[in-house]
Amino acid sequence: MSLSVNIHKELDDFTLNVNFETAGDMMALLGASGCGKSMTLKCIAGLEKPDRGRIVLNDRVLYDSEKHINLPPQKRRVGYLFQQYALFPHMTVRENLETAVQRLPKERRKAPVDEKLRAFRLEGTDHLYPHQLSGGQQQRTALARVLLNEPECLLLDEPFSALDTYLKWQTELELGELLRPFMGDVLFVSHDRDEVYRLCSTVCVLADGKSEEKVTVRDLMAEPHTVSAALISGCKNFSRVKRIDATHVKCLDWGVTLETLQLVSNICNYAGVRAHSFHIAKSGEPNRFDARVVRVIDDTFSTILMLAPEGGTSLIRMEMPKNEWRAMRNPSVVLLGVAPEEVMTLSGEL
Amino acid sequence: MDWFPLLNSLRIAAISSVIVFFLGVAAAYYIARLPRLVKGVLDLVLTLPLVLPPTVVGYLLLCLLGPRRVIGAWVLENWGTKLVMQWWSAIFAVSVVIFPLMYRTARGAFESFDETLAAAGRTLGLSNTFIFWHIRMPLCRQGILAGAVLSFARALGEYGATSMIAGYTPGKTATISTEVYQLWRTGDDATALKWVLVNIAISAVVLLAVNLLERKEGRKKS
Repeated sequence: MSLSVNIHKELDDFTLNVNFETAGDMMALLGASGCGKSMTLKCIAGLEKPDRGRIVLNDRVLYDSEKHINLPPQKRRVGYLFQQYALFPHMTVRENLETAVQRLPKERRKAPVDEKLRAFRLEGTDHLYPHQLSGGQQQRTALARVLLNEPECLLLDEPFSALDTYLKWQTELELGELLRPFMGDVLFVSHDRDEVYRLCSTVCVLADGKSEEKVTVRDLMAEPHTVSAALISGCKNFSRVKRIDATHVKCLDWGVTLETLQLVSNICNYAGVRAHSFHIAKSGEPNRFDARVVRVIDDTFSTILMLAPEGGTSLIRMEMPKNEWRAMRNPSVVLLGVAPEEVMTLSGEL
Repeated sequence: MDWFPLLNSLRIAAISSVIVFFLGVAAAYYIARLPRLVKGVLDLVLTLPLVLPPTVVGYLLLCLLGPRRVIGAWVLENWGTKLVMQWWSAIFAVSVVIFPLMYRTARGAFESFDETLAAAGRTLGLSNTFIFWHIRMPLCRQGILAGAVLSFARALGEYGATSMIAGYTPGKTATISTEVYQLWRTGDDATALKWVLVNIAISAVVLLAVNLLERKEGRKKS
């Protein structure tokens, strides 16, 4: 089972350059909105045509610019779950599902539809119209419809973005369950790193239309190698750096020199530190420096400090538990520390 | 009172509306997919009859269909029939005049259609024909129907181009609008008024139908 994608397409405001291969798992395409994720899916499904490249699904060529192959979406067997589900509003749940089995003779359509209605817990809703369904039911209907067409791979375009935060969690659990019997590859498009972390095994970061190397989600969170990967993994603090030696960088924006555990490569030009990786240091620790408290923001479950490092030019964002901050009684300067293993050495542009 | 003009008006309007319904919907569907420049030019040409005086349309049609003109002469030679001054000649005139109404409303309806639904249909393996008749048309139905009714109403009222290409022959090419003019010209005000009232009644019913359709659509959207 594999989907290999290598496409190039000029768009109005950027160039899409995507290259990855899935290997029988659930892979995420992670990137900020407008970075070309949806366009990539449309090219795979055959709804848009790339300028050049090659798309191969389980040894079947779907698109090849050199051999002039471009299968229509109808022949690709690529399931596409749209962001807003794209249920046909004038058809009931049952009629919506029946559209996906048009290839079968009329008398043989009922059985598979009934089976999916049961499996997706939609039995009581088969005569309802999409607008009468809850968000979760709409999603289940859309997914059931996609799977009835027996696709060889599945594209999920931000499947939770149409739901309230509070419905999201339930739906996410459900989706995992419902997709378990599906044997093909799943490509999951999202801008939410937490969703990706929970649902997927591997991830490919897309930044400004360009795809980076595929990594495991664990590696993406623990050791991102590029600025865009670090950014999408939730890292909040970046500083331009100058390499001193294999384990030391001079952070130009913060005015400090930090020791790292990761080896500093020659192309390293940024350092990244997560907001919760900073801590209040004790004297004698490595990587400690004074920073002035510029602003204190009370967040839902933590306190966010905006800190100006002495001799630096840009602010550092630090998050700490509320009670810890309360115990410190509003200092104007804090001694900031970061463990060498928490300093990410990165390359790329911010 | 001779009811021929009513019958003639109705059959001309009905036939023209049916023809223009298919032509207008097809044009709206295909032209939306063309490159921007071609689309702009075609749009202009196809909408022109809406703003031209019907007499100009009539003149241009006579230039094509008149017995001594290209098409008219050819048909006369091969089929031995004139294209003008027949009751059905009015169909040419009326069709050209009402085409822009159908085309514009159909295009408006198609433009408000959510293309994601068509895309979803294609990824589900549905043919373009199935998508057109079972998804696009039902969801654009109200707008397109309103356009059809509106063009039918306009067809009933067409005078200028019709009078030039079909003329006025009592019992042969007379329509309500040409009848009213003829009666007024000959001083038969009383009969003219009767026809005027008949015309107003039909048009009012048709416009009421349009309003009901639009209200239904408004409710559906909200």
